[in-house]
This record gives sequence, structure tokens and C-alpha cells, in this order.
Amino acid sequence: MGGIRHLYLHLPFCAHRCGYCDFVTVVGRRELHGRYLDALLAELELERELLAPELDTVYLGGGTPTFTEASELERLLAALPGAGEVTVEANPETVTAQLARLLRSGGVTRVSLGAQSFQPGLLAVLERQAGPAAVRRAFYHLRDASIDNISLDLVYGIPGQSPSDLACDLEEAIALAPEHLSCYELEAKPGTRFTRAHGQELARQAEAMEGYFELVVETLVGAGYRWYETANFCREGRRARHNLAYWLGRDYLGVGIGAVSTAGGLRWRNRPGLGAYVAALAAGRRPPRELEELGADVRRRERLMLGLRLDEPLRLDEVVGAFDPGAVGRLERLGLLERRGNGVVLTRHGRLLGGGATVELLAEMPANSPVAVS
Amino acid sequence: MSLDRIRNFSIIAHIDHGKSTLADRILELTETLSGREMREQVLDTMELERERGITIKAQAVRVSWRGRQLNLIDTPGHVDFTYEVSRALQACEGALLLVDAAQGIQAQTLANAYLAIENDLEIVPVVNKIDLPQADPDAAAAELADLVGCDPNDVLRISAKTGEGVAAVLDAVVERIPPPEGDPAAPGRALIFDSAYDQYRGVVAFVRVVHGSFRSRERLRTMATETAFEVEELGFFAPQRVPAPALAAGEVGYVITGLKDVSCLRVGDTITSEARPASEPLPGYKDVKPMVFAGLFPSDSDAYPELRDALAKLKLNDASLSYEPETSQALGFGFRCGFLGLLHLDIVRERLEREFDLDLIVTAPTVAYRVTTKGGEELEVHNPSEMPDDLLEVQEPYIRASIILPKEYVGTVMELNQERRGDFHHMEYLSEDRVLVVYDLPLAEVVYDYYDQLKSRTRGYASFDYDVTAFRSGELVRLDVLLAGDPVDALSLIIHRDRAYARGKALVERLRAEIPRQFFDVPVQAAIGSRVIARETIKAKRKDVLAKCYGGDISRKRKLLEKQKEGKKRMRQLGAVEVPQEAFLAVLNLDGEKR
Repeated sequence: MGGIRHLYLHLPFCAHRCGYCDFVTVVGRRELHGRYLDALLAELELERELLAPELDTVYLGGGTPTFTEASELERLLAALPGAGEVTVEANPETVTAQLARLLRSGGVTRVSLGAQSFQPGLLAVLERQAGPAAVRRAFYHLRDASIDNISLDLVYGIPGQSPSDLACDLEEAIALAPEHLSCYELEAKPGTRFTRAHGQELARQAEAMEGYFELVVETLVGAGYRWYETANFCREGRRARHNLAYWLGRDYLGVGIGAVSTAGGLRWRNRPGLGAYVAALAAGRRPPRELEELGADVRRRERLMLGLRLDEPLRLDEVVGAFDPGAVGRLERLGLLERRGNGVVLTRHGRLLGGGATVELLAEMPANSPVAVS
Repeated sequence: MSLDRIRNFSIIAHIDHGKSTLADRILELTETLSGREMREQVLDTMELERERGITIKAQAVRVSWRGRQLNLIDTPGHVDFTYEVSRALQACEGALLLVDAAQGIQAQTLANAYLAIENDLEIVPVVNKIDLPQADPDAAAAELADLVGCDPNDVLRISAKTGEGVAAVLDAVVERIPPPEGDPAAPGRALIFDSAYDQYRGVVAFVRVVHGSFRSRERLRTMATETAFEVEELGFFAPQRVPAPALAAGEVGYVITGLKDVSCLRVGDTITSEARPASEPLPGYKDVKPMVFAGLFPSDSDAYPELRDALAKLKLNDASLSYEPETSQALGFGFRCGFLGLLHLDIVRERLEREFDLDLIVTAPTVAYRVTTKGGEELEVHNPSEMPDDLLEVQEPYIRASIILPKEYVGTVMELNQERRGDFHHMEYLSEDRVLVVYDLPLAEVVYDYYDQLKSRTRGYASFDYDVTAFRSGELVRLDVLLAGDPVDALSLIIHRDRAYARGKALVERLRAEIPRQFFDVPVQAAIGSRVIARETIKAKRKDVLAKCYGGDISRKRKLLEKQKEGKKRMRQLGAVEVPQEAFLAVLNLDGEKR
């Protein structure tokens, strides 16, 4: 038996592909849900020996996991190994009282609800199916089913958004009293339909982004949430344990199309094609994958860049060679970083500038490992 | 060969007026080269020359025509090399004045024609490109006849491209240009009109023997630089080197000296025999001094040794290039280089980039200033950062600029010259619609994109030539650029007081736009001494995060950050401020874009 304690499962199906989305998704194809699930479980079986006997976390992400046929979802949950935290991503319009009960009885302990906004106009721009009422309704269905750990996703920088819109969204979200909030700036990929449609407005939003970020942090911290990761906030004791595993550099297994796994010195990504995935696993073979070797130095660099996203100190003895010792003092003098014990942590100001501070702290790359241009 | 069977001549022509094509035809017609050996523009050896269509180094080729020995001495075609041109002309008794039938006389042609006339050369006027549809041979011939003072019917009309009339040109060389005069029995004296470096054989001198003769293995010395050497080989060009036992009075050829340092052998110097030296050198030697200076820095500071070696190699063939190490806080280690003029700078820069594969940052060109301090000290300043604070007087070089242009552009060019602090000298009509305008201008005003301005304001119809004539006192100040309170040495410049405010404002605005926001506010200032004349602030960035990062994103985000880290290598650290190389380039190019 291996020792991986974190499992990710990718459920790509969606009712509709939102214009800004860049995840691996499949629209419609209900007839494939059953076969995909078979494949998913087959892949899990093939890799089971990598997993520890007891899992810490399981995460069902998408796509829209809750768009998967209810009977299939039930079958999947029943087949999953148990874990201390089992999270499912859900889109509000898919959450009925029945589905909420199904999740709860299937062992789900945590739901991440993709609210994005509470402004009907902005939700329409994002091409989201649910309106604000549906978001609230979904939230209460989950609460009614005794799910006591709910996260809300919010997006800012939406074309047409104003700072007061964002303030309202935060207020509405806080009013629901979720245990956890993830707040992301809208990332519109160049060349997408969405970017073409909103180009000029996106540029205007990009200018406003720094103000939005400050507003998010101020409001949520003011409401008593812990800003424990760059884009994540929680009530005490309610950090997303699965995601925390990524940020702490733990190994994880990901199954399903597009899913990424990291174990030891290797990272692999399943290719996104649905047909090839299903066919390979139906034939008892591993799906097509891209492999990436991760040297110890690379993992230390990742540890550094992920660790600086957290509000806990990053132990410098764990990232020896990955950081530039001279930069510690420079960042300290700029008020961006503090030493704490044998570790460092970004100050509040430093966390707003976390990307730049990370680049500053990273050691120069060794000359013999040219940076891959992706 | 007796003197009266020799003719030494050169071709004076503007860029693109067909000098190289005519030289090619002459080599063909005299059967110096077979058609198979013939390459386009044989005399222009360097790749760069071929591309730019200009000749940088002079060469000489010997051909036979109707029992005569004809030596064609090629001259460099640009304003920066006036002295080299004058020495090449000194080696001749005549010159073909070649003019494009569609374009007429250009400023450089005029300047070189005057040089030839001053040297008492017999001028043979030739109108070229008569086959072109837009050619106006009559007008061009009239201009030439007027300039030379001959009958328009004596102006030859040819097409070097088709070969039409080229034989008549050779006939005219024989008939109209006088044979050299010299005393074959006198102590040997030869004029060095150019030199080149051969990596196997050392310095090769191109010479015109005026008196006496020189033999292989003879011990010789130069009279101005007093360098002694033994002739390893001598001979002439056909156009490759052809060794000969001797070079006699009137002849043109080469001398392989075995010397390793090209600066020992200066253009214009006289070679004589050690055993039987002449008492007087030939007249006209001048030590040419660089007039335009700029800092050359490798973009990648690791390339400093390559730049040093490359400059040393270029210097082998270019005695007028000077350089010394310079250290800039902003740009690292590099060299302060001196050039004859702007084109010379451009050529050196291009050769360094092309032949040596170097990526360079070139600071704003500056001229040589003569400075007197309040303490009475006198010094020459080649670098704004060396400009002392306690100035009593600063003198700057002035040029006399000759501009030939169609009359409809006279107004706009006079305006340009007034903007550039020019003093009108005089103006004359060369023909009904072509005008010669002469101005005295500060050289410093010409090194800042003057050519580009002239070209764009006259749609390329103006031609330009200049001579440095004087140093004049001016209201000059040092303008410093400060980032977060610290001066950026590479961006300091010397400028006329009236211009300082506008330039300072443009500089700080451009820097503010080009330097990315930092972790803190960065003031950008332009100052004269302690007085700040322009200021902008680069506001601190307030947010710089990667939005989200989960299991599937880690590789991509890591690579993104690593790429940013890699990108920082191209940043220059100035105090606590990181400045991308592009910002320097943008500011250094400011003059090229707007003024």
C-alpha cells in the first residue's frame, strides 16, 4: 500500500459551459455519465495501491459534479473510500432537498457552492444558470440536510461590476454565514469567446482589481473570517483540508479526465479527451497521460510558492536552496515579510503582493535547468 | 613602368549613384576579372558594405587599358570619413565625378568634388543611369559642367548597368587625367591612404608611391608615428593581392608590414626607407580625433569579455575607433567609445551585433566638450557623468553643414536648423530648383536624430555633409535623471539650458511609463544640479497575486513564477528599484521618436 492520503475525482459534466470557464468540462452527454463513472472507478482501482489505507480527504470537482445523474452520483459516493473530509463542488441550480440528502447520506461532509455573485445582471454576464434566489435556496437545502461545512465561491472583476456590487456580494455571502469562502478574480483567457465579447470592459476591471482584492480581504477579515490562503477565508477550524494538502506540498491522487496527480518525484495529468479515457479504462489500461518529473529542487520551489500563500509560517529549513537568503532581509525591510521562529510569513501587505514577493524570494534557477516555456 | 603610362584615379559619387557598378564594369571591360569571377560590387568586401551599398574601407585595383596601367582607388562614401577620402584623393591625379542622371549632384558628392578640386585633381564628369526612364541627363550634365567649369558636351553619359559608354570613360581617364609626377631616383616616399588588418600577416598598408621605389624585404619606417618594419611582401591588387618585386614612383599597391597594431600605421602618414630616408614627409598628415562618443554596454553583463575582444578586433581595421572601459551603475561594465561621427557609430554598433553576435545598449551619443572649471582647470569631457559641477565655461564643437535640396523644402529645413540652434551662413541655387543651404550648427544637435528629421522633412531628397569648424561657448548644463532620489548615470546628458526643461519632462514621463510598478512609490526626477525641473511618481503596486492555485494548476503557476524570476535577470537593479532593460532602451531612443 502507498501512502497518498488525498484523492481528487473529476466529474466533467455540465449543463452549460460558462463563457469564462477554462476547466475540463463536457456539456450534456447524459448517456455517458454511467460509462464515465465506470471508467473513473476503474482508474481508481488501478491506482488504489498508491493510496493509504485511510484517506484524509476526498474531493469531487468538476465540471459540475452535482449535474451527474443522481443514481450515478449515489453509486460513486458509495464506492468511494471513506475520509475525514469529503467535499463536493455544487452549482446552486442543481441542489435540491433530495440531492442534499443524497450527498449527506453518501458521506459528503463539505460542499463548495459556486455562487460567484448575487447580482442577477452579473450572473447573466457569467452565463451562470442560477440566480441569487437559487443560491440562497441551495444553501438552505444543504443546511437542512445537516451539511455543516459549506463554502461559497465568489468571483470579482466581472464585466459591469462596480465596487459597490462587490460589497453587496460580500454582504449577501456573509449573511448566509458559510464556514468558508473562496474569492477569485475573474481570469479571462485571451482568445476566448468571453474575452472577445468583453475585451474593453475587462481591461477596465483589471484596473479596478487591486481595489476589489483589498475590499474582499477587509470585509471578510472584518466579519471574523480567517484569511488563511491568498484567495480563501474560513471560520476557525474550517480550512479546506483537501486544498491545504496542495498548499503544504502533500502527495495527491487525481482520477478522471484532466485530473492531475503528484506522488514522489512524478506528476501526471490525464489527457482531457473523454472518449480515449473511457476506452482505455474499459480495456483495463491506464488512460493517456502527460508525465512530468519533479526533482527535489522543483518540489522545494513549489513548497515555497504554495507555502507563501498561507497565513502560517513557511519553514525555511524545508525549502533550502529554493530561496534567496538575501531576499528575506529585503522583503522584511519593505514590510512584506516577517520571520516567525525558523520560518517566514508574508505580512498583510506582503500577501496582497504575494506573487511578486514570491518571485523575489525564489532563488535564481540553476543555469542547467532552463525554464520550460509553457 | 614609366610614369607617363600610369593613371591614378578614383570615383566620387553619392551612395547608390552607381560607383560600385561602374567599378565592376571596368574590371570586366579590362578583363581584370573573368565573368565567372565577377561578383557584384567586387570592391566592397565586407558583408555590411554590400548591404548598405556603401564603401567603408578604401581599396585600390590595378587594371590595364590600351597599354596603360590604371589604378582605381576606391574612396569611402560618407561624411564621417572625410579625412580618409582626402588621403585617397591625394593618391590620385584625377577623379571621375559620377552623378545619377535622375538625382543630380548631392551634398556629399559636392563636398568630395571640392576636396578633389582643392587637391588639383583633374575632374572627369560622368552622368550615370541614362537608361533610367526618369533620367534627365541634360539637367545633370548642366549641373556638373557648372560645378567643374567645363562644356556640358564634355560630360560623359553612361549606363554602368548596361555598360554603355564605359569604354569612353576609360579612354577619358587615359586622355584627360595627367600621369603622375615624381622623381624615381629620389629617396623613397609613399603615402599611406588606407590600411587593413590581415589576421595571418598583420597590418597591410595601401600606398601610393610618390618618389623613389620600394622593394620586398626592404627596411622601412613611417615618418609621423616613427614605426619601423621590414617589408614582408608588396604588390598590387587585381583585385586580389598580386605580389611584385617592387613598387615604383607613380604606382599604387600594398605593403605587408607584419606589424600587429594598426594604430602604428596612420592614414596620411609617409613611408620612407630606413637606409636612405627622405628628409621631409609628404604634406597633409593629420591625427584624426573622434568627435562623437557613446557608451556601449552588453545587454547581458556576462558578455563583457566578448564585447572587449570584439572591439579589439574591430580596432585592428579601424584606427579611428577609440574605446576605454566604462562602468555604469545602471548598465554595468562596458566601454566609452569614440567615433568619427554618427555613421561611424552606427557601423561599429552594427558590426558588433552582426559579426560578433552581441546584444548592445548604446547610451545617448554625446560630443567632445571643452570645459573650463572655476578653478581654472581645462579638460575635455566625453561623458556627461564626467561633467564637473563648478563650470566656468563649456565649449561645444560646431560644424559647417552643407545641405543640398529641392527648393520647395528650403523653408522646412531652415526651420529644422533654427530649432537646432543653427546659424544661417549662406544659400545658393545650384540649378533652377536645387539649392545649397549652408548652416553652422552645434554638432551635439546633429547627433540627435538630425538625419532622420532631415530625411523625413524633405522626403529623402536632401543630402547632407559637414566639417567640424570650431568650438564655441554655449549655455550647456548637465541634466540628471534620478530614480528614488539616486541619479542614473547612464541617463545623464549634456544639453542646452533652453532645452533642458522639455527634455527632462519627456524623460521622466517616459520612464514612469516604462518602469513597472514596484513594491513602493518611486519618484522619478529630472534635475540640473540640485534643482529638480520635472517629477513623476511610479505608484506602488497594491496587488500582485496568482488568483488561485490548486492541484491541477501547480506546474503551470510554478513555471509562470519561474519565468518571472528569469525575467528579473534582464532587470537592472538601481538601488532598490528594478528597471527593465527596455526602459533604458525606450529612454535612449526617445530622440528617435519625438522631440
